[in-house]
Amino acid sequence: MRKLVNIFGKRSSWALPYALFLAIFVALPLLLIVVYAFSDNDGGFSLQNFVKFVTQPEAVNTFIYSIGIALVTTFLCILLGYPAAYILSNKELNRSQITVILFILPMWINILVRTLATVALFDFIHLPLGEGALIFGMVYNFLPFMIYPIYNTLQKMDHSLIEAAEDLGAKPSTVFWKVTIPLSMPGVMSGVMMVFMPTISTFAIAELLTMNNIKLFGTTIQENINNGMWNYGAALSLIMLVIIGISSLFSDGDGQNVENEGGLI
Amino acid sequence: MAKDNSIIKIEHLSKSFGDKQVLDDITLDIRRGEFVTLLGPSGCGKTTLLRMIAGFAKPDEGVILMDGNDISETPPHKRPLNTVFQRYALFPHLNVYDNIAFGLKLNKIPSDEIDKRVRKVLKMVSMTDYEDRDVTSLSGGQQQRVAIARAIVNRPKVLLLDEPLAALDLKMRKDMQMELKEMHNTLGITFIYVTHDQEEALTLSDTVVVMSEGKIQQIGTPTDIYNEPVNSFVADFIGESNILNGKMIRDREVEFIGHTFECVDEGFGEHTAVDVVVRPEDIYIIAHAENAKFTGVVKSCTFKGVHYEMFVETDKGYELMLQDYNAFEIGSTVGMFIKPSDIHVMRKERTCNTFDGVMVSPTKVKMLGAEFDCEDCGLAEGDRVTVRVNFDKVELLDNKEDGTLMGEVHFILYKGNHYHLTILTDDGDNVYVDTNDIWDNCDLVGISIAPKHLRITKRV
Repeated sequence: MRKLVNIFGKRSSWALPYALFLAIFVALPLLLIVVYAFSDNDGGFSLQNFVKFVTQPEAVNTFIYSIGIALVTTFLCILLGYPAAYILSNKELNRSQITVILFILPMWINILVRTLATVALFDFIHLPLGEGALIFGMVYNFLPFMIYPIYNTLQKMDHSLIEAAEDLGAKPSTVFWKVTIPLSMPGVMSGVMMVFMPTISTFAIAELLTMNNIKLFGTTIQENINNGMWNYGAALSLIMLVIIGISSLFSDGDGQNVENEGGLI
Repeated sequence: MAKDNSIIKIEHLSKSFGDKQVLDDITLDIRRGEFVTLLGPSGCGKTTLLRMIAGFAKPDEGVILMDGNDISETPPHKRPLNTVFQRYALFPHLNVYDNIAFGLKLNKIPSDEIDKRVRKVLKMVSMTDYEDRDVTSLSGGQQQRVAIARAIVNRPKVLLLDEPLAALDLKMRKDMQMELKEMHNTLGITFIYVTHDQEEALTLSDTVVVMSEGKIQQIGTPTDIYNEPVNSFVADFIGESNILNGKMIRDREVEFIGHTFECVDEGFGEHTAVDVVVRPEDIYIIAHAENAKFTGVVKSCTFKGVHYEMFVETDKGYELMLQDYNAFEIGSTVGMFIKPSDIHVMRKERTCNTFDGVMVSPTKVKMLGAEFDCEDCGLAEGDRVTVRVNFDKVELLDNKEDGTLMGEVHFILYKGNHYHLTILTDDGDNVYVDTNDIWDNCDLVGISIAPKHLRITKRV
C-alpha cells in the first residue's frame, strides 16, 4: 500500500496519463502509418506504394502543385501580413488593442464555416471558383497565423535598437531594412511554419473553393483512404510528413533564440 | 569669443508629458570639448533633456542650437552626435565588428577605411580580437565597451551618454569611469553625460548641471557644486551634509545650533533667516571639551573604511553628522569647532508657506483645492487673498481622510533637530512642513491647519 502511495506521490508519475495519451493517439498512429506505408494489401513488407507514387505522374504532379500553392500562399501571407503586423505593433499608428483582436478574430471561427462563407461570397459577387478562389481562401484562412507571430516579435522588440540605428545615421527606411526586418525574422519564420505546413495538407478548402476541380495533395490522401487504399494513402501521408519535418528542421536552424520567437500559443 | 566656444545652446526648453511638466524652462550652454554631467534624482528630467538633444523627443517650447543652427526639428539621423544608450542597445543580429561599423557603412565610407577605424576604436576600448564575437555572448562590461566604440567610431561632435555605467558592478564602474575620462581627454569631443550618481558626476565632469523636478538647480564645476551649493536640495543631493536653520546676525557672523559662528559670507542683511550647510568632514572633533566652540555627546560611531561616521548630539539638542579618522567612544563628551570658511550660508527659498486663496465665507477660505476654516478677519466672500502659514503650524495626520487635504511626502530634509518635508498635494501644489515626527518618502498624509494659524491678507 505504502509503495503504491509512493508511486502516485512522485511528481513524474503525474505525467503518466499524458504519456499514455501520446502513446495511443500520436505515437501509435504514426507507427501504423509507417507500417501500412511499407506493406502491401496482404500485410507483407513491400515498397510498392512508393514505387506507385514515383511512377504515377498524376500523384507527383498533385504533390508538386500542392507545394507550389503552399509556397504562393505563404508568400502572399508574408506580403500582406508583415505590413499589417507592423502597423498593429506601431503605437503611433495603432492606439488600441481592439484592432489586434479584430485581426486575430477569424482564427476563432471554424475553418469550414469561413470557407463556406467565402464560397457564398464568391457566388454573390459572381466570381468564378477555381485556382484564384483557392489561393484567396487559403490566404484568407491562414493570414492571422502569419500576422500574429510577426506582431508578437515586433511588439517585443526593444525600441532603443531603432533609436540606436537612427542615432547612427540611418534614415527611417534604412532602419526598417537593416534593423526591424532582420530582428523580426524569428516571427516571420514561425509565421511561415504556421502557414506553410498546414497549407500542404489542406483538402477541405480546395474541395469547396474549386468545386472539386483542383486536387491538392491532402485531397489525394483523403480520397485514397476513403476508397480503402490504406497502404497507398499511408505512404502518401508519410511522404508529406517527411516534407513537413524537413521544412520544420529548416526553420529551426535559425531559431536558437526561442524566447524571441513569436509563438502563436 | 564666448559664442565661438559654445557647441550646444539650449534656450528656454520646456516639455510636458500629459499633465506632468518634465522640463521647465531649461537654458544651458555647453562649451566645445567640455564634459558636462546632467545630475539629478530619477524623474528630474535629465534623460528627457538628453533625448531632446539626441532628437528622440521634441520640445514643446524652446530651441536647441548646435554650432549656432537650430536643430530642434532635425531628425536624429541628421544630427552630428551619437548616443551611448543605457541598456547598450547593441544590434543582436550583428557581430561586434558589424555593430561598430553600422554607422560608417551608412555613410558610405570605403571598406578599408572602415576596417582601419573599427580596429582603432576596438583597441581604444581594449576589445581587440573580439570583432567576430556575437554581441549577446559578451558580458555587460564588454557590451558597454562595444556600445561606446560604436558611438565614437563615427567621430561625432558631441557624445551623449545615458547612464552608461548604471548596470555595471561597482569595481567595473570605477574602472570604466577612469577610461571614459581618459577617452574624453584623447578624443577632445564634447561629452554630455546623464547620471543619478553624484559621486560619478563629481569624478568625471568639468561641469555639473544639477536638476530637480524639471528645473536646473545649479550649474558649476564639481568643487563649486560641492563647496557652494546654492540651495538645500543641492546640498542634500551632493555628498553628505548637515543642513541647518540659521540666522545671519550681521556680515560674517551667523547663528545656528544655538551658537554664534564667524563665517565668510556677506550681504545677506542683518537678522536674516538662512540655511547653513556644514559638510560632516568639516566639523573638527576633539576629546577635550573645554577649549571647543561647542560640545556634544557621541550617539553613534560607524566605521566607513577610511573614516568613522559619527552622530553627535550637541549641547543645545541638535544632531550633527561628522566624519573623522579617529573613533570616539559612544556616550563620551567631545568638543567641536568649525572653520569660518567651511560654513556655507544659503539664502532661504522661503520662510513660510504662501498660498493663493479665495474667501468662500468670512470664516472659510478656499486654497490648494480644498476649503479651510479660518478666523473671521472681516473679509467678504469672493475676496482674493494670500494665505501664509508657518512651516511648523501645518499638521500632518496618519489617516489621510482626517485631513482637510491629502498629500504625499515628496522630499525630506533633516535639519539637525527636526525634519523639513515637502508635501505634494493632489493638485500638484507644494506644502512645506516642519515636524519632529518621522515620515517616509511617498507616505500619504492628511494635511490640516488650525484656523488661528492661517494668516490671511487681502490681495490687491
